[in-house]
Amino acid sequence: MEKKNNFPLGGVIPKGGTAHDYSTGGWRKLRPVVDKDKCTNCLICWVMCPDSAVITEDGKMVGFDLEHCKGCGICAVECPDKVKAIKMEQEAE
Amino acid sequence: MAITMTKGQVGLTGNSAVAYAMKQINPDVCAAYPITPSTAIIEDFSGYVADGAVETELITVESEHSAMSACIGASAAGARVMTATSSQGLALMWEMLYIASGMRLPIVLANVNRALSAPINIHCDHSDSMGARDAGWIQIYSETVQEAYDNMFQAVRIAENSNVLLPVMVCFDGFITSHAIENISLVDDAEVKDFVGEYNPATMLLNTDNPVTYGAMTLPDTYIEFKHQQSQAMSRSKDIALEAGKEFGKRFGREYGLFDSYRLEDAEVAIVIMNSAAGTTKVAVDELRKQGKKVGVLRPRLFRPFPFREIANALKGIKAIAILDRVDSMNDFGGPLFNEVRSALYDLETRPKVFGRIYGLGGRDYKVKDALGVFDELYKVVETGKIDTLTKYITL
Ligand code: SF4
Ligand code: SF4
Repeated sequence: MEKKNNFPLGGVIPKGGTAHDYSTGGWRKLRPVVDKDKCTNCLICWVMCPDSAVITEDGKMVGFDLEHCKGCGICAVECPDKVKAIKMEQEAE
Repeated sequence: MAITMTKGQVGLTGNSAVAYAMKQINPDVCAAYPITPSTAIIEDFSGYVADGAVETELITVESEHSAMSACIGASAAGARVMTATSSQGLALMWEMLYIASGMRLPIVLANVNRALSAPINIHCDHSDSMGARDAGWIQIYSETVQEAYDNMFQAVRIAENSNVLLPVMVCFDGFITSHAIENISLVDDAEVKDFVGEYNPATMLLNTDNPVTYGAMTLPDTYIEFKHQQSQAMSRSKDIALEAGKEFGKRFGREYGLFDSYRLEDAEVAIVIMNSAAGTTKVAVDELRKQGKKVGVLRPRLFRPFPFREIANALKGIKAIAILDRVDSMNDFGGPLFNEVRSALYDLETRPKVFGRIYGLGGRDYKVKDALGVFDELYKVVETGKIDTLTKYITL
């Protein structure tokens, strides 16, 4: 946000893509950790992550964007039962 | 309703007149849920939609909460939006009223004043809109069918003014004004168009070339600045409302101010009262004036923002004033109009004696004799220099 007297009316965010600039990773209590030996790259975690915090490259799941991951654990739950490649670990540890 | 004019005058109920105003304004979207006594507004208006007389997208929803939510979505999308409600309907919109004003969406809502439950009552008092007085909406109160009709056009102009951008509520009395037929003058369609102008919002959700986000979260580092902006817009809207009332007068011969003064110039005592009951009080004033008594009425039109300086200025020099509320704040200290007018008078060098009376709840009649009774009390206060009872109910 620039000058305080220059705020857009009614809290409108006047351009797109600004969520990227806002770090929400600090809210995280649990951190997702992927075991790439088990992962089948089905990308269900990428689909289900509400914060678009699963990173992919060339159609493969490669890790998490910890600047934005809020640690909700949805990816760990949604990773198929036969695989269960994601574990949630205490951020404090 | 088919509108037939005789000598430029047409007999319409308050609801039909407001629905006709909406037809002439031809908003992009109307989202509404019917509730007595405002039902006929949307009933008439849906007829105009079905007949193709308007281009409005009418959204019929399952509750007033959804009605206001749909209005907010449509307004954020860039549409000119209107709706109507009453009583519990407005109460159910509560949460969303603050979102409409906080997001600075110039929605226009016709509120047909009706008592709030319990006990259930469908008749007139002001507890609905007065309860919403701090929701950030501009509120204009109307004495007659003609004024309710005229206020709709002014509301659009005030709401959409780029120095304002706030939602506006046009209030008028349930049944008394909404269902009574009055002879009124209509404004020409083309003139309405010209008066309200086109709505061109600076940002809108549907502009994909310039994507924006509405309704984002703000934390302690920014929230208060947005509220400050909103508060400043509310305070600016007073002059814009005055301008709209003047311009309306210039074009159509009926000028409106922030409030309506009736025989107030040389008055010794006065009643401050809103909406239709002001008309009844004016009859009492005329009777007393015939007897040589110097009495008058002040009827606030704009209640939000509250033109406290102007009202104090109009009331200065008067010896005793009664402020009549058609609502109880349930605070053991009178109604909202009493509290705000009394507070507005605090800075006068010579303060008038002031008392508050609560009248007409749930549609109880307020008659000329009730107004005369209040004037009697006022004269007693002038004679004795004392107020016996600061606030109490009348018309019991
Ligand atoms: S924990 Fe939640 S936010 Fe983080 S990557 Fe998994 S689904 Fe996304
Ligand atoms: S859901 Fe599990 S298996 Fe599928 S890509 Fe994500 S981590 Fe890998």
